[in-house]
Amino acid sequence: MAKQLFLGDEAIAQAALDAGLSGVYAYPGTPSTEITEYIQHSKQAANGNVHREWASNEKTALEAAIGMSYAGKRAMACMKHVGLNVAADPFMNVAITGANGGLVILVADDPSMHSSQDEQDSRFFAKFAFIPVFEPSNQQEAYDMTYEAFDYSEKYRIPVMIRITTRLAHSRAGVEQRPARPQNEINLHPNKKQFILLPALARKYYNELLDKQIPMEAESENSKYNKFIEGKDKSLGIITSGIAYNYLMENYVETTCPYPVLKINQYPLPVKMITKLVDECDSVLVLEEGYPLIEEQLRGLLNRGGNIKGRLDGTISRVGELNPNMVGSALGIKQEEGSPIPEIVAPRPPALCVACPHIDSYIALNEAMVEHGEGKVFADIGCYTLGALPPYNAIYSTVDMGASITMAKGAADAGLRPTVGVIGDSTFTHSGITSLLDCVWDKTPVTIMILDNSTTGMTGGQDSHAFGKIETICLGLGVEKEHIRIIKPLKNRHAENVQVIKEELAYEGVSVIIPTRECIQTLNKRVREKSK
Amino acid sequence: MKIDIILAGVGGQGILSIASIIGYAAVKKGLYLKQAEVHGMSQRGGDVQSNFRLADYPIASDLIPKGKADLIISVEPMEALRYLPWLSKDGMLITNDQPFININNYPDESVLKAELDKLPRKVVINADQVAKDLGSVRSANMVILGAASPFINMDFSALENAVSEVFARKGEEVVNVNLACLQAGREFAEKNK
Repeated sequence: MAKQLFLGDEAIAQAALDAGLSGVYAYPGTPSTEITEYIQHSKQAANGNVHREWASNEKTALEAAIGMSYAGKRAMACMKHVGLNVAADPFMNVAITGANGGLVILVADDPSMHSSQDEQDSRFFAKFAFIPVFEPSNQQEAYDMTYEAFDYSEKYRIPVMIRITTRLAHSRAGVEQRPARPQNEINLHPNKKQFILLPALARKYYNELLDKQIPMEAESENSKYNKFIEGKDKSLGIITSGIAYNYLMENYVETTCPYPVLKINQYPLPVKMITKLVDECDSVLVLEEGYPLIEEQLRGLLNRGGNIKGRLDGTISRVGELNPNMVGSALGIKQEEGSPIPEIVAPRPPALCVACPHIDSYIALNEAMVEHGEGKVFADIGCYTLGALPPYNAIYSTVDMGASITMAKGAADAGLRPTVGVIGDSTFTHSGITSLLDCVWDKTPVTIMILDNSTTGMTGGQDSHAFGKIETICLGLGVEKEHIRIIKPLKNRHAENVQVIKEELAYEGVSVIIPTRECIQTLNKRVREKSK
Repeated sequence: MKIDIILAGVGGQGILSIASIIGYAAVKKGLYLKQAEVHGMSQRGGDVQSNFRLADYPIASDLIPKGKADLIISVEPMEALRYLPWLSKDGMLITNDQPFININNYPDESVLKAELDKLPRKVVINADQVAKDLGSVRSANMVILGAASPFINMDFSALENAVSEVFARKGEEVVNVNLACLQAGREFAEKNK
């Protein structure tokens, strides 16, 4: 079969389909979004009736994937790194019950925080849960590892994490496909108590999980994805994880790397291979795309084992994504550079689109807040986070999905008046609903603005579960009807919108204002498609 | 043979269509290719780039090392300059001269022009005007690709075929105007390189 040009994300999606996937479950999040989108657009998925609708959040996504696995079919949950925080409860515990049908948990990390609030390394989460990790270094490996991860999961009855980073997720290369395998039939686990984590059972299954580590480590020692590449110069040995290997090799395009290299792409760590490298070499350089997971374990707390170089001793930057120049410099290879960036080149940060409804919402909110001063608007994760930037400078906090409402609540509990939560429609249904319920229960004086643009905007306009339902949800939670105010964020409605916001700020109870106008991007897209 | 290209612009200007055309042609030729893109937050009016690498041997890194890019292809003049540290000593810069101004501190036109003038090897073209004259403002990116085409080690017909294939589902009219833009860009570059 001819090679297909795939993003890393697309390679994973196609591999999962070819491996007999019956369902993908996900909430959009950069850089993982394109996996589910690919499956949504795939004829193969449609023909196979593969489940491919978005989930409300990563927790519901993973739980549904777990249910499909328990029923004996192959399932995949996809999320960005911070999405795994949301899904942490099922994640930790499905490791203990184990899987039935192949269960793959795809996590896309974002080192350098291109589109994220942190750069946490999901390999730590996998280690915490005692589950194996495949960490591809290129698009072909992303395909092959995903294809094989379902078999591995079924062989050891364990969920498998595939960990990628932004650079692989959003980079294209030619990928060779393998023949498609049929989906599993429904097949329940022979032990009908395998998935019940009552303490007495959980203790037993936890021990079984620990016992699985031994054969899984043997798998890593023998894996074709973990390679020991001999080198004559033993003054240095190099360990790479994931795509760090590519940056190392980029420095040896015309020459050969003189040092022994251990390329690690599969965990639990192959301890024997690592021992061989460390024993052979005077010092060891650890190159990891992410946190220093391998390096930290090699050093230990006291670093008495020897000469370990990497992110912890400053040989490589402690933070951020790797690149060929960073790795070359760490090896003492002289790096070239073109001419410097001229001083006139100004930064161009992302901004709200022209005619974006959030602009009108923020201008109205800012005006209503003038008399109350700064530091009272708690915002959330989405396009409207850009309200932090000039000219709006409208918000005081952005932390995690759904937090705006509860942060505004806590500040109100502390005595701050007035406090405002700003959240998008999709983020509200992701994890803002329970926050609002807390406010209603406590009768907290907060004003919540749910910016309803009818889509999940920042990730490219996916359907929002909140569509057409926000007012009903708020009523159902117990928000008083007269304090649910729907406004239209438009320039010519500015004065009346400011008035509505002021009225609700003055109310000593729970208010919800819903500025409702479609995202300009999805609107334009719809108009373009209609005109065709 | 290898060619490393930095594609530059502002989110929404269509640099990824340029990449997909070259990519399509490259895959047809059986070349190795890696193309790192920017998705997500920066796409909202921020600076975006794509690292595009072609070779007749397997490519290691998705990112181009500094000082190694053979070409910078930019649909916006200030954005072209942002990636000069990546351009090799004898590299070539191809850019649109029409600014996209969505920030307050955008440099004056004369200062910007002076910086571009300093570069020894370049093609600077008013791609917006060329595309407009040919009847499709949205195809300025194809004018830029055409202007870059003499410096991409690939038959022009391969690029033309790629344009036809990639735009095929949008209809013959769209294909033809994009082909015309590609051709016009190339002619300009041949005359002004």
